[in-house]
Amino acid sequence: MPKKKKKKARRFYDYSLLFTIVFLTIFGLVMIYSSSSYMAQINYKGNAGYFMTRQAGIALAGFFLMIMISRMDYHWYARFSNLAIVVSWGLMIAVSLFGHEVNGKKRWLGVGNARFQPTELVKITVIVAMAVLITRIGKDVDRTAGVARAVLITAPLAAIVAANNLSSGIIIAGIGFVMMFVASKRHMPYILCVAGAAVVLIFAGPIGHALTAIKILQPYQLTRINVWLDPEAYPTTGGYQVLQGLYAIGSGGLFGKGLGESIQKLGFVPESQNDMIFAIICEELGLFGAILVIFLFVFMIYRFLLIAGNAPDLFGAMLVVGVMAHIAIQVILNIAVVTNTIPNTGITLPFISYGGTSVLFLMIEMGMVLSVSNQIKLER
Amino acid sequence: MAAVWLASCLLMAGLMGRLVYLMIFRSQHYSQMAQELHQRERTIKAARGRILDRNGTVIATNRTVCTISVIHNQITDRDQVVETLSKALDIPADQVRKKVEKYSAREIVAVNVDKELGDEIRNCHLDGVKVDEDYRRYYPYGSLASKVLGFTGGDNQGIIGLEVVYEEWLKGVNGLILTQADAAGVEIANAFEDRVEPVPGADLTISLDVNIQTYAQQAALKVMEEKGAKRVSMIVMNPQNGEILAMVNVPEFDLNDPFTLNVEPEEGAAASRQELLNQMWRNPSINDTYEPGSTFKIITAAAGLEAGVVRLEDRFSCPGFRVVEDRKIRCHKVGGHGAEDFLQGAMNSCNPVFIDVGQRLGVDQYYHYFTQFGLLGKTGIDLPGEASTIMHKKENMGLVELATVSFGQSFQITPLQLITTASSIINGGNRVTPHFGIRAASADGERIQSFSYPVRQGVVSQETSSTMRYILEHVVSEGSGKKASVAGYRIGGKTATSEKLPRSLKKYISSFIGFAPAEDPQVIALVTIDEPVGVYYGGTIAAPVIADLFQNILPYLGIPAEAGETVSGFGISG
Repeated sequence: MPKKKKKKARRFYDYSLLFTIVFLTIFGLVMIYSSSSYMAQINYKGNAGYFMTRQAGIALAGFFLMIMISRMDYHWYARFSNLAIVVSWGLMIAVSLFGHEVNGKKRWLGVGNARFQPTELVKITVIVAMAVLITRIGKDVDRTAGVARAVLITAPLAAIVAANNLSSGIIIAGIGFVMMFVASKRHMPYILCVAGAAVVLIFAGPIGHALTAIKILQPYQLTRINVWLDPEAYPTTGGYQVLQGLYAIGSGGLFGKGLGESIQKLGFVPESQNDMIFAIICEELGLFGAILVIFLFVFMIYRFLLIAGNAPDLFGAMLVVGVMAHIAIQVILNIAVVTNTIPNTGITLPFISYGGTSVLFLMIEMGMVLSVSNQIKLER
Repeated sequence: MAAVWLASCLLMAGLMGRLVYLMIFRSQHYSQMAQELHQRERTIKAARGRILDRNGTVIATNRTVCTISVIHNQITDRDQVVETLSKALDIPADQVRKKVEKYSAREIVAVNVDKELGDEIRNCHLDGVKVDEDYRRYYPYGSLASKVLGFTGGDNQGIIGLEVVYEEWLKGVNGLILTQADAAGVEIANAFEDRVEPVPGADLTISLDVNIQTYAQQAALKVMEEKGAKRVSMIVMNPQNGEILAMVNVPEFDLNDPFTLNVEPEEGAAASRQELLNQMWRNPSINDTYEPGSTFKIITAAAGLEAGVVRLEDRFSCPGFRVVEDRKIRCHKVGGHGAEDFLQGAMNSCNPVFIDVGQRLGVDQYYHYFTQFGLLGKTGIDLPGEASTIMHKKENMGLVELATVSFGQSFQITPLQLITTASSIINGGNRVTPHFGIRAASADGERIQSFSYPVRQGVVSQETSSTMRYILEHVVSEGSGKKASVAGYRIGGKTATSEKLPRSLKKYISSFIGFAPAEDPQVIALVTIDEPVGVYYGGTIAAPVIADLFQNILPYLGIPAEAGETVSGFGISG
């Protein structure tokens, strides 16, 4: 046995990425405890660690799952890509019909405490399915037929997700978009698309008004845009959450109030351990801490870049690009929402926000990336 | 791929820029808004200023008391809380339990609990039991000058007496504790607190002298008991400046327990409890009027002398009555005083003599002096609820009314009005404002406000004033006020026995007004004995009270006894 191992080529395993994942997850647990303990104590009979312990358990299970997946050959799960699409569709239809409603949105599937958000599965499905597709169509990726097949996989899934969860729909579409962009040799159409989206965002106010006038947008959606443009004008209605987040961010200052010292987490920012956790990080750790967290994500994305660039084959590279797109889009969107840079939409901060499904599937994705990295052969 | 990486970095950099903007440049704006959202105000009661007598003796101060309350959400062991509190506070257990089980932010179980007991409860360290310290007004002398000092209510605000009049000085400025609260409004333990310290109220120094007040109160109680009187009031004043040294109205009530009646309510009395309390709190020296009777002859005499219609040597004759128009008005001496001069008439308190003086003045002049002496208005004392004079309208005043007014009947004034007017007549003609407040000094002693009071000069001439002192000294030394004389001192004074209305009840108010030293009055005192049983003549029962008082307070006030003809027992010779 040892002889056999020696014959094997030395393989790369990205410990920097592994360390970053562990660090972010543990930092996330600390911040979940900090931001949720006060309200948990009130709402869960004095159990201050309610959210933190739940998250920690799932993260730990996820960690072992990740290690396991990272030791597998990533080509193996390519064959489940079609099955995954079918399961995703099934679950999304199920959640639309029988999902648990939370705050008027059907996002949860399951019984009792064992609930999960199928959208997280859809994200992985799209990553794997697109990687499989791009590998299979080869040079067709630059042709209309190839693009159409990619759109056919991504767009309907993104649409059904967006029906109940706009931000996840955007992420899913974004993942597909970025993967196609990276695979394609013609960049111009994609750049034009991004430019178009940017213009829409810049002129969101007038466009929103126009769309509402011709009844394409519902008035409540217009309100969201108006709130984004001037949250202080809607302090109790739509702007409450954003405004409370801004209070938290603004009162952080350069070095923050210190870990655990946030006031805004005491019921002012609703469910501060979820989407708005970055605001609490800002309040407690200041600009300094917030920028460090962003740098951690930048570093993580840089590791993805390295792994994708050195991946043994196109399929592995595309898998990593998909994960990279997922993390990058979600982090950027989350921080943009929290800082009121874009209109408010429910989106979590990967590894840090509270959410069992999210952390579990993130670990699976990380396992995939690590397994790609594991198959990079180091040359002497 | 590099393009994606670059784009990510650019977007992240943009978000960092946004963070820099929010957290550096907008920091103050958002911090302030957040702080306004988090801050809760709690007031800290300012300590009410103390009241000191003229010698600095504290007669009203504050005592720390505790408020015991329970907070439903924080209670962990209900049974223990109920048991401990009901035992410590001596409240039925079911009553405490009701409060413990009530779902509210804070339920007060007991107020005004002694500090020691409060500390004891606090030391039990029961979850959800709060012991808050508070100030409560405390009067070390209990009932002393109760109707003058007054007391305070639940919010430490003055309810009657000086506590009301000097409210603005005494109350101070409440402080603030700014704490932080969570979204539900619950205060955060150990949160940074901003404090605005309370400014304690100013200490009020009043002219009252605790020793004189105490002595006068004992004397008043003694005569009330001896004569079975309903009430006895006494005012001791400095006639030169209007400073009141004592104002006694027995029965007094306990200032530390002002809502307990000081007398058993009469059987079948229809008055409600509140009415009885109001009655108990009344200060009859200033809130009630009475017919002054013969003491008012001081005013008639002064008016007559000032107008020049009478001189000391003028001769009068008293057959025991005087007929005015169709009315026969009796003198108190049925047989009459016979022939007498004005001084003798005053010494005898002879009604016909003063009727004659009144008639010589006529309604117009009499009314003129009545007004000039300040009798129509109020004295302006710094106590609430001073009663106005009840007097005939000038146009309704005939000669009969004039005659009765001349010896102090058919109109009503307050005892304070009488003593104030008498003061201005004997002090050289200065109408002083009777008062208690001398100065207010901030608790740190930095700001001192002395109060000044108006003085109206020339109410009567120096000459009239001096003649009046001479007459009144003779009233005591040789006339109807003999029992007010004090060995070694020259005392002036006048007696009175007023018949209460309706006359058929045969109820009387005996009074005596006296001052000393007669030639240069430093102290003037008025005693009124309401409804004495048995002998009711002012000269018999009221005059000795003043003599007793003067005998004790004149040496105390540093007014030396004279070695002279009145001192017979031991001669002081040089």
